[in-house]
Amino acid sequence: MAENKTIEEREKVVIRFAGDSGDGMQLTGSQFTFTSALFGNDLATFPDFPAEIRAPLGTVEGVSGFQVQIGKTDVLTPGDEADVLVAMNPAALKSNLSWVKKNGNIIIDTDAFVARNIEKAGWEQNPLENGILNDYNLVEAPITSLTKTALDGLGLDNKSILRSKNMFALGMMYWLFDRSVDSTVNFLEKKFKDKPEIVEANKKALNAGYFYAETVEALPSAYKVPPAKVEAGEYRHISGNQAIAWGLMAAVEKLGKKLFYGSYPITPASDILHELAKHKHMGVMTLQAEDEIAACCSAIGASYAGHVGITASAGPGIALKGEAIGLATMVELPLIIIDVQRGGPSTGLPTKTEQGDLNMAIGGRNSDSPIIVIAPSTPANCFHFSYQAVKLSIEHMTPVMILSDGYLANGSEPWKFPKMADFPEIKVPLAQVNGEEKFYPYKRDPEKLSRFIAIPGTKGLEHRIGGLEKEDETGDISYDPINHEKMTKIRVEKVARVANYIPEQKLIGESQGDLLIVGWGSTEGALLTAMKEIQAVGRKVGLAQFNYINPVPKNTAEIFAGYKKILVCELNLGQFANYLRGHFPEFKFEQYNKVQGLPFTVFEIKDEILKQLKS
Amino acid sequence: MSEHLVDTPPLTKKDFTSDQLVRWCPGCGDYAILSAIQKAMPELGLPKEKFAFVSGIGCAARFPYYMNTYGFHTIHGRAPAVATGLKLANPDLNVWIVTGDGDSMAIGGNHFIHAIRRNVDLNILLFNNEIYGLTKGQYSPTSKTGLRTKSTPLGSAETPFSAGELALGAKGTFFARTIDTNPKLMTQVFVESSKHKGTSLIEILQNCVIYNDKTHGEVTSRETAADHQLHLEHGKPMIFGKESNKGICLNGLKLEIVTIGENGITENDILVHDAHEPDPTLHNMLVRMMLPEFPVALGIIRQVEGLTYGDMMEKQAEGAKSSAKINSMDELISSGNTWVVD
Repeated sequence: MAENKTIEEREKVVIRFAGDSGDGMQLTGSQFTFTSALFGNDLATFPDFPAEIRAPLGTVEGVSGFQVQIGKTDVLTPGDEADVLVAMNPAALKSNLSWVKKNGNIIIDTDAFVARNIEKAGWEQNPLENGILNDYNLVEAPITSLTKTALDGLGLDNKSILRSKNMFALGMMYWLFDRSVDSTVNFLEKKFKDKPEIVEANKKALNAGYFYAETVEALPSAYKVPPAKVEAGEYRHISGNQAIAWGLMAAVEKLGKKLFYGSYPITPASDILHELAKHKHMGVMTLQAEDEIAACCSAIGASYAGHVGITASAGPGIALKGEAIGLATMVELPLIIIDVQRGGPSTGLPTKTEQGDLNMAIGGRNSDSPIIVIAPSTPANCFHFSYQAVKLSIEHMTPVMILSDGYLANGSEPWKFPKMADFPEIKVPLAQVNGEEKFYPYKRDPEKLSRFIAIPGTKGLEHRIGGLEKEDETGDISYDPINHEKMTKIRVEKVARVANYIPEQKLIGESQGDLLIVGWGSTEGALLTAMKEIQAVGRKVGLAQFNYINPVPKNTAEIFAGYKKILVCELNLGQFANYLRGHFPEFKFEQYNKVQGLPFTVFEIKDEILKQLKS
Repeated sequence: MSEHLVDTPPLTKKDFTSDQLVRWCPGCGDYAILSAIQKAMPELGLPKEKFAFVSGIGCAARFPYYMNTYGFHTIHGRAPAVATGLKLANPDLNVWIVTGDGDSMAIGGNHFIHAIRRNVDLNILLFNNEIYGLTKGQYSPTSKTGLRTKSTPLGSAETPFSAGELALGAKGTFFARTIDTNPKLMTQVFVESSKHKGTSLIEILQNCVIYNDKTHGEVTSRETAADHQLHLEHGKPMIFGKESNKGICLNGLKLEIVTIGENGITENDILVHDAHEPDPTLHNMLVRMMLPEFPVALGIIRQVEGLTYGDMMEKQAEGAKSSAKINSMDELISSGNTWVVD
């Protein structure tokens, strides 16, 4: 490192990459992330895609972003505001400026700040000249022209040269954070092994960026973010969607069954389909169905065949699957439904995150038709909870819905990965052939109240099931009023009893306190970070982050009773708060809600906690 | 299969009859279809636990309850989707879908055409009575234009679907048409459809005695049957009529009816049915033949070979297995970019 540079040590730093959706910002971000993980930082990432695949070049609509927080202490969120923004064009600056800390660093490609681009991005004046950036430390680097110079003589066409400018920017960041370019070089060599000229160009651009940053005077300081003290073990990076796919596969491998995944493409759930489709040699079957309904129904068919039927979608698709989920509830077959929630209602904000589908998950079917609802809370624990979902669905013979969201699905974090041997067995409640006696498909396990599965093809267990109400035990069609009420209660009680088989709710904090923060699913990172920071200044706050939504863990009321005030924070207008009011009318629930298609920031949660503590 | 049959007595119709009371209206065509299926089953040489009947919603959809096999009465229009999952997950099963004209071509139209397009190895029994029976008498997507029903007091203003044309348009590999008044033909067609690898669609012209009585009367009535029905058999000339002297010829791009012995026409001039011809053009023309100009074609109209979806999936999985480097979750989870923290 050049001697005249100061080195600033930081506990945590947030970096945001932004450019046109064709600029390769996701790749740049993920490379920076992996290199930092290798270095030993804890971290969390979140990409910010535009809804359009390729919006017009240079427009705000076409900006693709990637944010990562790296730290030497626990990093639970991708961070609120960026310490460093890399903006590849005026549009990227325009749409990301509000996410940069005052006095933060903004690295821009000056070559992109020409009149036409400035106008396209919607700036009335050149932002480099009108003083709007006075509060920031602006690093003006002619990234495009320097990349061109560096790649001169390689004989590449202009398009390929321009494609390498993200590597130039990445090189600058590596210098700024004192990171080695090696792992990215390895990556490039693998990824483009059949295109040596592309490897060469990218390597050159990467190194040119690194040396440029080292040489140029404009960079004020380099940051040092020392490695975090993380638990020893073997790690990898994982996103929520990938973790869901692998968790499902792990459960099915444990069972020794086939995984059948029926799905219709939808943002942000499609990556689960893409991931599963890669593993057809491992007992995975994927069907890209003709629609959401068929996706769900084909999964039910596979469950009926004795395998593990799974379907996924986002809100609009889950709405379409409602009737079929009701069928699975009625015939009491296993079924896993994954709802990767996005902004709604209707088509809403397809690429943005929200927790708006809770009501639908709990009650989005005709009549009394409860299902198990589970919400993972970090990208990595999507693995654990999807494994659990399969286990509960099979053992209790009921559909299970997993509520993920865009934030978990696309976010990623380091994951200390387990061994298959560490996972619990899953027991199939298989119906037994009993000689001459007639088989009763609706006889139940006395504890769980779940029925036993008789797999088509098994001699002696031929039987019929269907969506019509059935007589208790025999399963014959029955319109008897008393029987219907009895069966309805059994189906409800069966799901309620799952509470006996799930872990108790965790409370982070003392058992008594002034304010209990309650959250569910993906908001864990922000809520936990905020809570810890408030706790650290001596306030009596705690956090109960729910992963098991229906049924709720048995000790829930006990936790609530220890606190003077309960604040339910969620990314909708109060669905979980209302759900809790229904279950626990003896408590008062305050609400903090946000529906902007964005995750909570730590700052806003802290602010709200302090307000609640005052009032 | 045959092993199983060695030491057990052959199955009979009774073995496939469940203990449930059949609740269709007296005189409903469904009874005859149920009986024909129960008769066809023993001929297939499979033990009864290998059969699964999947249905949607409608009068026909009660069918699985009456079969002493595995059965799944699902939701409206979705039987092909459920059956697709069932068959793909367990290819050893012999899967039958029981559906009606509303179930398959209105609410379930999408699943119907896509099951056929994928050529999943399923048998679809389409009970076509051109009416909604279970909801008490509204017109259906196959109702004749002008049909007066409770929901069309002034007559249906819609053009009816032709199940066979839809199936051929969806690249169907097997299409047969039969009638509920001809048990022998039904049983014969059911046995053939079961043997066919791929989606077999069997349209059964079925009478709804309550809401659309005799809608197929012109086709089925005994007095006119010989002149109004053309029984197709692969490799046989298309001859029909009371005196077996009428035949179908191709005149330019159209079919026409000729009389043997008139205008120098001999049996050699009559079209010979080729159900195995991959080009569906002629099959389509046969499907479209309608009264009063033409007799209605019955029997197996199209039966061509094609890869089934299940076979394709299995092939792909086998291919992937042979080249796979990662074969277990432990291997998968620890593959790619990982690092160790000490």
